[in-house]
Amino acid sequence: MPFETLLQVENLAIEFATEDGIVHAVNGVSFDVCRGDVFAIVGESGSGKTVTAMSILGLLPTPPAHIKSGQVLWKGEDLLQADKERMRDVRGNEIAMIFQDPLTALNPVLTVGRQIGEMVELHRGMNRKKARLHAIEMLALVGIPEPQRRVDMHPHEFSGGMRQRAMIAMAIACEPQLLIADEPTTALDVTVQAQVLELLLSIKKELDSAIILITHDLAVVAGLATVVMVMYAGRQAEMGDVDEVFYRAAHPYTIGLHDSLPRVDASGEERLQPIGGQPPSMLRPPSGCAFHPRCRFADLAGRCVDEVPELRPLGATNHRAACHFAEDIMASSIANQNE
Amino acid sequence: MTTFIIRRLLQLLFVLWGTMTLIFFLFFLLPDDPANLIAGGADRTVDAQVIQNIREKYGFDKPVIVQYGKYLKGVATFDFGKSYRDGEEVTSVMKTRAPTSLRLAFWAMMIEASIGIGVGVLAAVRKYSFADTFTTLATAIVSATPVFVLAYLITQVTGVYAFQHGWPAWARLPVQGFGPNKWYLGVFPAPSQFQYLVLPAIVLASVSTVIVTRLTRTTMLEVGRADYIRTARAKGMRERDVTVHHALRNAMIPVVTFIGVDFGTLVGFAILTETVFNLQGLGSQVAIAAAGRDLPVLIGCTTVIVLVYGLVNLAVDLSYAWFDPRVRVGGVK
Amino acid sequence: MSDIAAADESLAEIVETRSFRALAWRRFRRNRLAMFGLAVVIILVALAMIGPFLVQDPYKQERLLSRTGPDSHHWFGTDQLGRDEFARVVYGMRLSLLVGFAVAGLQFFIGVTLGATAGWVGRWIDVIITRFIDIMLGIPYLVLAFAFIAVIGRGIGAVILTLAMSSWLVTARVVRAGFTQVKDLEYVEAARAVGVKGLRIVWRHILPNVIQPVIVLVAVGVGSAILAEAALSFLGVGVQEPTASLGLMISRSRSFFSTSPHLLFFPGAAIALIVLGFLLVGDGLRDALDVKD
Repeated sequence: MPFETLLQVENLAIEFATEDGIVHAVNGVSFDVCRGDVFAIVGESGSGKTVTAMSILGLLPTPPAHIKSGQVLWKGEDLLQADKERMRDVRGNEIAMIFQDPLTALNPVLTVGRQIGEMVELHRGMNRKKARLHAIEMLALVGIPEPQRRVDMHPHEFSGGMRQRAMIAMAIACEPQLLIADEPTTALDVTVQAQVLELLLSIKKELDSAIILITHDLAVVAGLATVVMVMYAGRQAEMGDVDEVFYRAAHPYTIGLHDSLPRVDASGEERLQPIGGQPPSMLRPPSGCAFHPRCRFADLAGRCVDEVPELRPLGATNHRAACHFAEDIMASSIANQNE
Repeated sequence: MTTFIIRRLLQLLFVLWGTMTLIFFLFFLLPDDPANLIAGGADRTVDAQVIQNIREKYGFDKPVIVQYGKYLKGVATFDFGKSYRDGEEVTSVMKTRAPTSLRLAFWAMMIEASIGIGVGVLAAVRKYSFADTFTTLATAIVSATPVFVLAYLITQVTGVYAFQHGWPAWARLPVQGFGPNKWYLGVFPAPSQFQYLVLPAIVLASVSTVIVTRLTRTTMLEVGRADYIRTARAKGMRERDVTVHHALRNAMIPVVTFIGVDFGTLVGFAILTETVFNLQGLGSQVAIAAAGRDLPVLIGCTTVIVLVYGLVNLAVDLSYAWFDPRVRVGGVK
Repeated sequence: MSDIAAADESLAEIVETRSFRALAWRRFRRNRLAMFGLAVVIILVALAMIGPFLVQDPYKQERLLSRTGPDSHHWFGTDQLGRDEFARVVYGMRLSLLVGFAVAGLQFFIGVTLGATAGWVGRWIDVIITRFIDIMLGIPYLVLAFAFIAVIGRGIGAVILTLAMSSWLVTARVVRAGFTQVKDLEYVEAARAVGVKGLRIVWRHILPNVIQPVIVLVAVGVGSAILAEAALSFLGVGVQEPTASLGLMISRSRSFFSTSPHLLFFPGAAIALIVLGFLLVGDGLRDALDVKD
């Protein structure tokens, strides 16, 4: 089944209790991830993308986090209702996570081999010796030279790229069906970034799995993703197939992200346009559409200030956007593309 | 590695020399005449001729710098001179006093490590629970109470009350002296020795145990927020395994450092414990020597304490490498 | 990123816009133990200041009233010489607080001066100060105290000086470390580049950044100094009779504890309470100012 749905997130809402009040980090987010997808979640820091991903595996500390509503259906089973035992079984084994900074995400006092081996010790009941052999295999698979020697080294003896490879080796040790990669390349050199992303893609193919890719880097999204979800201030701004969102952008924030990106085909005179204004305060978000204070198109006397825009389908595809003027904006961005 | 050890040992020698010199010259700033002390103390008038003889015999008539040179020469051959008070060889004083201090400090360290780490980890794992709050308050109270008050409280219970009210034998503990002084392999108390060790070791360990508890709790909580702990959870590990396999070893790095360094402090700080329990250790000897202005004994015992302190510090630094693979001893990979 | 990354990040701007001091005070106020400690400190300081007007003569001996238990006339009973224990405890606390504040003051003054000098000037001055601190820290402080007291004699002044000798070491080390870290930071270099005078840079740009751990050290230092004074007086090398010192009082009446436990309890509890107050305040400050150990 090519379009088998692995993960369905329904109307997820998450709050954080902080010293200064309640922060609504995620507000009614829904999306599906199918086998074979590379599902990109894009947004600024604080937009709720990491929180969304962490909640799938139940890794948010509660308190301060509190899941207010919603469902996270993993092959039909609601993980938010699952007991601890079941959650532990899912973590690492069925859904695995790749973290942003491999230097801090790997335990400094344990060898890389032990940390990879732990996965199969936990989920496959392997003994330590077998687990070490498996770790060597995994290291070889992610393209680390001399795995027999490297397996007994500590993370600090690895280079940045190799550390991220080791992190990936750890994540795929149990052949999970879903990989969640939280900004997997942010901490890496540009050249290494490409290699790591390629590795992720080939592994996805090998395991016939899906990837949720969390990033703020649109270039990464363009090269890798099949589906994109843009988040702003804890809500979905826009989502759809990557080509739709890229070439028929229907939310001003998406367009803003676009314009702040350096382009190969741009002539020298065109300047990069950063999005003006400050990211919103999550404690006291703006009324109506959270983006309106920074929006070029906003109707400041009307709906944009008063009314929270719903995520609406645009046309027949799965393209959806949460903007009162989505159709007009999409039309103008299509026009821009054709120029 | 070898160069590192050699460099550290040289540094230690420097500190030892500095300590000796400091005390030596401080001593000669004293208004009292040491010859007077040797002759029988400041209270009695002593025959001037006797004083003169003593001065010449001990070399007090020579300039301080000459006396200092002579003293250092003696020290180089492990001759720390004789006590001004009773003429005993200082090296023999050191030899008889040091074992008591070291044994006491060793067992106090065992108590501080086991109880301190155990309670600290529990408090961290059950953060904000009743047990945690209780631990926080209890540690604060113990660290605010003077050691000698604590010691008297304990002795009033186990030493006085227990005997008066016929408590079982194991709860009635002697509160004076070190008993038969019988040990196996140097540190393990013989059965008859054990009851004499318990109270002094607990009292000496009290302050350090509190510090270790708090340090362990803090570092465990800090480590608990680390990314690699989240990674371990994301692997599907049990919370207990995350604590034992991932958090504990990282959290132990500063704790072990403290415990090691603290061993030296336990040797030196035993003054109060030794006084309350009437034990013959280095600390109480330093107190007596300082009160009686017995310079050779003062320097000798201080030297032993500083030496132990320094050597233990070195051992701790060397053991770092095992605990924290990021550290290469001496900074050389 | 920490586990509540998203919340933290969105909070960052809110936190930054509010003054750090107000935030620290708010955090401190929420800490019940710290507020309890602060209350204890304030009450005891007040008692020490007005106490002499309230209590009896701490030196008056009533021979017929040796070691009587607490009653309506002598709240804490009398000691072995028939002196009012309550008055002596109050005077003892006065002395404890005097020693505590004096030592902490010296600790702050010497520690910041020498630490700042070493860190700012560097070169051979730094080497000398650092080496000296190393040597001094290599000697357990009670041993050091004995050596000093052997030289400078006994009494309150001697105790304060002796304790101050070892109290400033860690403070100076912390200040020095702070200076060497901050000295080469961009904003300090920028200030230098536009011609701001050295002392002014130290005063306006560097000290505020290194002062937080020092505040915590000093708060805890008051408590430690009080404990140390009690220990020295207990050992007989501190404050001398007939001055009322809590440690000395315990030491003098130690043969009577089994029959007159109040002579152990009241002075012992008084020391514990003062020190506890300062320790809790120090802990609270550490959390509120977010200082790492």
